[in-house]
Amino acid sequence: MPEIDNRNSEKTVYELSAVGRGTNLMPECDVPKTELPGVLLRKDTETIGLPGLSELDVVRHFVHLSQRNFSIDGGFYPLGSCTMKYNPKISETCARFEGFAQSHPLQPDETVQGNLKLMYDLQEWLKEIGGFAAVSLQPTAGAQGELTALLMMRAFFRNCGETGRTQILIPDSAHGTNPASTTMAGFESLEIPSDKHGNLDLAALNAACDDTVAGLMLTNPNTLGLFERDIETIVRCVHDCGGLVYGDGANMNALAGVVRPGDLGIDVMHYNLHKTFGTPHGGGGPGSGPLGAGDKLAAYLPGPMVRRIDNAEKPDPGYMLFTPEKTIGRMNSYFGSFGVFVRAYAYILQHGAEGLKQNALHAVLNANYLREKLRGIYPLSHDRTCMHEFVLQGKIDGSSVRAVDISKRLLDYGFHPPTIYFPLIVPEALMIEPTETESKQTLDAFADAMKAIALEAVDHSETLHSAPHTTPVGRLDEVRAARQLKLREDDRKVKDNLNKA
Amino acid sequence: MNFLPHTETERREMLSTLGVSQLEALFADIPEHVRFPDLTLPSPLSQMELEAHLSKLAGRNANASSHECFLGAGAYHHYVPATVDYVIRRGEFFTAYTPYQPEASQGMLQAMFEYQSMICQLTGMDLANASHYDGATALAEAVRMALDLASGNRQKVVLSPAINPHYRETVRTYLCGSEASLVGEDTAPGKLDSLLSQLDDLVAALVIQNPNFLGQFENISGLAEKVHQAGALLIVVADPIALGLFQSPDSYGADVVIADGQPLGIPLSFGGPSLGIFATRMAYVRHMPGRVVGETVDQAGRRGYVLTLAAREQHIRRARATSNICTNSGLMALAAATYLATVGESGLRKVAELCFHKSHYAAQQLAGKAGLNINTHAPDQPFFKEFYVQLPRPVDEVNRILREEYGIIGGFDLGACYPGFERQMLIAVTEMNTKAAIDRLVDALVTVTR
Repeated sequence: MPEIDNRNSEKTVYELSAVGRGTNLMPECDVPKTELPGVLLRKDTETIGLPGLSELDVVRHFVHLSQRNFSIDGGFYPLGSCTMKYNPKISETCARFEGFAQSHPLQPDETVQGNLKLMYDLQEWLKEIGGFAAVSLQPTAGAQGELTALLMMRAFFRNCGETGRTQILIPDSAHGTNPASTTMAGFESLEIPSDKHGNLDLAALNAACDDTVAGLMLTNPNTLGLFERDIETIVRCVHDCGGLVYGDGANMNALAGVVRPGDLGIDVMHYNLHKTFGTPHGGGGPGSGPLGAGDKLAAYLPGPMVRRIDNAEKPDPGYMLFTPEKTIGRMNSYFGSFGVFVRAYAYILQHGAEGLKQNALHAVLNANYLREKLRGIYPLSHDRTCMHEFVLQGKIDGSSVRAVDISKRLLDYGFHPPTIYFPLIVPEALMIEPTETESKQTLDAFADAMKAIALEAVDHSETLHSAPHTTPVGRLDEVRAARQLKLREDDRKVKDNLNKA
Repeated sequence: MNFLPHTETERREMLSTLGVSQLEALFADIPEHVRFPDLTLPSPLSQMELEAHLSKLAGRNANASSHECFLGAGAYHHYVPATVDYVIRRGEFFTAYTPYQPEASQGMLQAMFEYQSMICQLTGMDLANASHYDGATALAEAVRMALDLASGNRQKVVLSPAINPHYRETVRTYLCGSEASLVGEDTAPGKLDSLLSQLDDLVAALVIQNPNFLGQFENISGLAEKVHQAGALLIVVADPIALGLFQSPDSYGADVVIADGQPLGIPLSFGGPSLGIFATRMAYVRHMPGRVVGETVDQAGRRGYVLTLAAREQHIRRARATSNICTNSGLMALAAATYLATVGESGLRKVAELCFHKSHYAAQQLAGKAGLNINTHAPDQPFFKEFYVQLPRPVDEVNRILREEYGIIGGFDLGACYPGFERQMLIAVTEMNTKAAIDRLVDALVTVTR
């Protein structure tokens, strides 16, 4: 086993630590002390093993780490189905207003009218944008929105006495969260293939639709970036067999202001505020996945939700929390990701209806433009007008390079790679979502890089196989990570280090 | 045209590349009769107007800065060191996503590895994942893991009634599509014996919160042995600040430790976003939900970090994944890591001590006051930072007067969740409450209830 080379790496908080070093943040105790219950305490001799760092150590360490992280603020990030668009800075300012950031979730309604109005308006706006009867802001991420909706569907059928509906139909192009949520909700998933145009195979759908079907989960536009042209037939087919249609709103950035999923007959759908409505992705969350529901399912939504108190005598009578009549219950401790609601509210209010529509139009323009620029250089999964994203194959004639090599090489050109190897139905998939906030210059530069890489793939394939060359570390050994698990700093090393220092 | 960069000339050039004359032509796949609806949304505001509008909305909320806050019950007003917001506000972190490309995401990955390490030190567990949404969902996933480990042979979970009621509700919602049943919630809070009597060979896990929702430490002696003898797992809901001073759940035999990480540098923010802490033993690593970061090397032998054990996860295992979780609470885990690195071992201990001494001071000052009945002096029921007091009037009435006349956000109405606890107010005291503020609360409560 070769030694691990740490010379180039940022030391960990433990390697930087020394016992007794720290920052004094707390005041002295200003009340008479009470004897601590000795038997419940950690032993006197016990070291927990937390870092000992000066404040400057902490700041430098995390600044160094930030410098080893690609972000939208740092460069083009065309990660398909993730909608990595610009995150407005005004939202950060507003979410930190004390009235929002310092309010406690269990305060009485009358003391948090600002928060409740914001949540009410956001519910109403999302209803309008999606074409639904009601919206609950509870779910904290898209996947939680899926699970919530499936549990609602389950409760709906139980109430109707239709307990034989155990199957959820899922296209083969779907995100892995769809089948995973299905299992968690106690359903079985049945995969429906795509046809040669990249749409759901209608014959296969027809054959699967019977009285064991609880519903269909449909991402539209799908993960190939294609609008399901037969959407109305698909919805009718599921409804005719007594099932419900779930819309996965991950790709709603193509549709906000363009078409309302509720108008297409979708029964329930989650929105990703961290995609469509410009809230930050946070390096992997927090997100927010509010759920819109039509008449059939609205009463099952998770609460608490917010409603306006109707009182003709007062122009602004106020807002209150309530729980829908047949609710499945709560999905988390309080109301969901409130801080994310503030940002999404700010985003919608800054755009208005026309602004949201223009976003969608330009997201689709940018995707099609980039797709056109790359046509003929990489094989397209499906050659038709795409929505906000498209899928290429990372294959070059006469070269052994794969999607992974191309994506790693993109890092050397200063771009974040697309989503790779997804959707699973396209070999060597590169799924590219440029978003509307990228300029023509950026798109052209990215296309140039992709062209340059295609040439390198033929003449200098080794450069691609060994890429990236400019990042703090090169290609990492994922097999070793999974086989020789090291998921934390070793406890003994932590304590020895602290004691030695 | 808020954040759209194209000039009219560029747009025309791009459209001509596509061979169409207008943007709308790209949407022919969408049924025409529903295409381009007229949406009724408010007229857009400029940034300047927006900031003023939101400032005004925020101003309509009482909050822990405008008022003295003694409300806890699962969300706590703790001090947030300036380093935390400085770090999480760096665009390099907050405008990135899940680190799918490790070479370009070493910063977030290393921070998550350090977060996992510090959570392990704090809880005594072998490993921690890279976060859940909050404490309630982390608990729901822990319960699911215990049921999964029992492979369908054990379908019962014993829940202590002294677990945060919202957590219990969340667990119930998560399990409503399964065969599993929850028992124990109808026993008296704080009486573990009646919980233990529910143990049998159909129980997959027993869950306690310690200190519990009422603020008290549970009598955990011999607990884990009994749970393990019955073949079940012991899941403990912990308070991360208390872990700076009090025994780790590892020391009394927990198999899974979950906690809400909000006290570790995350603002109240009306309850979200928060952080779900999930830590467990190595034996369960392959059943654990959630992302996890591991150390490895690159081709040149240099140290680096990657997301690992992906074979458990939804994007690989799909219908057979250990959980559906994808987006988690990464930025909040970064906040917790920065918090713990900043306060360090002695700092965390000091926060915990301040909470302990100040809450006990408050309880002592209230004890024996006419009309108030406090139960916290029983020596067999030590508490950490919360205690409850019986008022002669309804809690909501008292709270309204505290707020309007004294500028105080009072405690939680236990009667809303616990039958038999009517007019009991759960009061939380943290390092943020000065002696003067506590004295004011005591005076106010005495006056209000006279």
